[in-house]
Amino acid sequence: MSDLLAARSQMAVSLAFHIIFAVIGIAMPVLMVLAERRWLRTRDPVYLDLAKRWARGTAILFAVGAVSGTVLSFELGLLWPKFMALAGPIIGMPFSLEGFAFFTEAIFLGVYLYGWDKVSPRAHLLAGVLVAVSGAASGIFVVIANAWMNTPVGFRFANGMFVDIDPVAAMLTPAAFPQVLHMTLAAYAATGLGVAGIHAFLMLRRGRAFNRAALTLGLFVGAPAAVLQPISGDIAARYVARKQPVKLAAMEVLYETRSGAPITIGPGIRIPYALSLLAFHDPHAVVRGLDAAPRDEWPNVRLVHLSFDVMVVLGSYMAVVGLWAGWLALRRRDFATQRRFLGALAIAAPCGFISVEAGWMVTELGRQPWVIFGVLRTADAVTPMPGLIVPFSVITVLYCGLATIVGIVLYRQIIRSPAA
Amino acid sequence: MLTLPNVLAGIILIALTAYVLLGGADFGGGVWDLLASGPRKALQRDLVARAIGPVWEANHVWLILAIVLLFTCFPTAFATIAIALHIPLTLMLIGIVLRGSAFVFQSYGGGGGRVFATASLITPVLLGICVGAVASGELGAVSGESFYATYVATWLTPFAIAVGVFALVCFAFLAAVYLTLEATSAELQEDFRWRAIVSEVAVVAMAAAGLALFQTAPKVHVGIVSLAGAAAIATCGSLWRRRYRLARMGAAAQVTLIVLGWGLAQYPNILPPSLTIAAAAAPRVTLELALIAVVAGAVVLLPSLYYLFKIFKSSGNPSAVPPTTPPARRQ
Repeated sequence: MSDLLAARSQMAVSLAFHIIFAVIGIAMPVLMVLAERRWLRTRDPVYLDLAKRWARGTAILFAVGAVSGTVLSFELGLLWPKFMALAGPIIGMPFSLEGFAFFTEAIFLGVYLYGWDKVSPRAHLLAGVLVAVSGAASGIFVVIANAWMNTPVGFRFANGMFVDIDPVAAMLTPAAFPQVLHMTLAAYAATGLGVAGIHAFLMLRRGRAFNRAALTLGLFVGAPAAVLQPISGDIAARYVARKQPVKLAAMEVLYETRSGAPITIGPGIRIPYALSLLAFHDPHAVVRGLDAAPRDEWPNVRLVHLSFDVMVVLGSYMAVVGLWAGWLALRRRDFATQRRFLGALAIAAPCGFISVEAGWMVTELGRQPWVIFGVLRTADAVTPMPGLIVPFSVITVLYCGLATIVGIVLYRQIIRSPAA
Repeated sequence: MLTLPNVLAGIILIALTAYVLLGGADFGGGVWDLLASGPRKALQRDLVARAIGPVWEANHVWLILAIVLLFTCFPTAFATIAIALHIPLTLMLIGIVLRGSAFVFQSYGGGGGRVFATASLITPVLLGICVGAVASGELGAVSGESFYATYVATWLTPFAIAVGVFALVCFAFLAAVYLTLEATSAELQEDFRWRAIVSEVAVVAMAAAGLALFQTAPKVHVGIVSLAGAAAIATCGSLWRRRYRLARMGAAAQVTLIVLGWGLAQYPNILPPSLTIAAAAAPRVTLELALIAVVAGAVVLLPSLYYLFKIFKSSGNPSAVPPTTPPARRQ
């Protein structure tokens, strides 16, 4: 394994691990606040139990997310010092803002978790709202930093240096809006349907008021986001078509530039005109293929394409489940009696998280061989330190262990139904 | 001189000081968890866990803030440190991950996290080693091409290791002093009073020996040394007379002076012996925006932090309940 591959793998493991905690950290506080509000309104103890369970879940995941986030902020420099030396002054801004948002989140999560009988009910609920808002804000800032790596703006590149830098323009980079929209919706869809799906599964085995309440709140957050997600995906794909045509060509395995481009589903199975239609909303539009770029600027086409398809298939399934939930809600059916729906929902539980991982594979692998698209190659950003396979292996083993611990603790604290 | 780069370097030093005073005490709590002894062993551990619980994450963010501001405002210094100190920084990260695991396991998993807590004690030592390596000026003056010369020799020095152990002792001292104020019984308070006094003696002895023995030690301003010494004497006196609030102020002042002394000793360098704060600074526009972000952030954060600590740290007898068994809401 080359040092570059080891460094990339270590970054991938760290990000893949952290993103799960980030996604849940964005959406779980919303669930916890909704449950507490229901409890304050109805005084139904089921909701108090749920609010406390979800608060504990948020706390556990936040504690782990805080350390895996710290690891990432160091790894940016430990693995990619050249990238940070060049880009630090430009993308430091969103990272600084993220730091403050994260700080706010940490403070009010402390108040929320340990303040049940120390502050007034209103102040307590407000602390929860602040956790939810600052959690979403910190996610948005980090995605903006990543968006800049895809569509770098706000500088001139001369003699290997950034000059005339404008960090504010950099934050308003064209990729920022589609990526932020897509990722934020993904967080709510994955977590909401994840929670609803787990409780659908538990309900199929034994119905309980507790599961019904959890499932309904999970759907309330997850279903609308899942239904809206294909629209944001369309916005994101059209921006990729314009700004990163090589990435789009890899996503859709389009080797030759052509008009009326088809979408390739499997070997020999094509939907004519579909890619032109999707990417530019015009069946005859010219879509640039991989041939538009030199061979050494291609990403790993097979992996990018596979990841993209996984994301699209699972995301579409979640949207269908979301629509189904909406239909049942409109007809005022009790979810608990709809066994087929509960089955479909249970299957959707892991889909959002797999989609998030696959989606980040598309974004990150699709940007290769660049770390700053079109400006700095990943190979030129890596640390000169040799033997990077060692830290990669250690971090991987450590994270596997930590994931196991978190899984056990979460099951004990959150999912297991209250003792009868 | 009050230039923009100096102001931001000062803010980074303040963030690091806050991390040492708050996050450092959390690691110090881990030392007393490990060294819990006597008839009140379980009570001591329980006190440590409850003291850390509500503030652990918030305390930890200071380090992230310092790192983010460092790579935003002084990118070349950050890159140099990240390359030269790759090994100790990676080991420190492992310690931070283990500490996080221990925290999750002890708070929510029903104990069993002591192994992790013990392993996480490497973190303060490695943090100190990194600081020692920077302060000694070894990073800026790598001699030789070999792997050992480039990536190991700069930090595996007697001085850096001494700073590492010193950091651990300082953190334990801070934790013991803070815990005297959070103890729920007089006996427990006495336990930590003695721990505070003993660790204070260790801190002073190590500081004196370190400054005298090591030629690579930074030349700390004599005024700072005497102020820190005065704070140490005041802290010991307050502990002796059981004036715990005063002792807490003295301990915090003493450790703040130590960090400040380090900063001033290497001024105007950010990376001794030759990389200055001014030379390492990012373009002016970045520094201005970073300063605006810090000020705006402080306006939001400082009242929030005050609120957090007021709720959980102001009462003499905190009754924070472990989160695994949240109390029923008063109705």
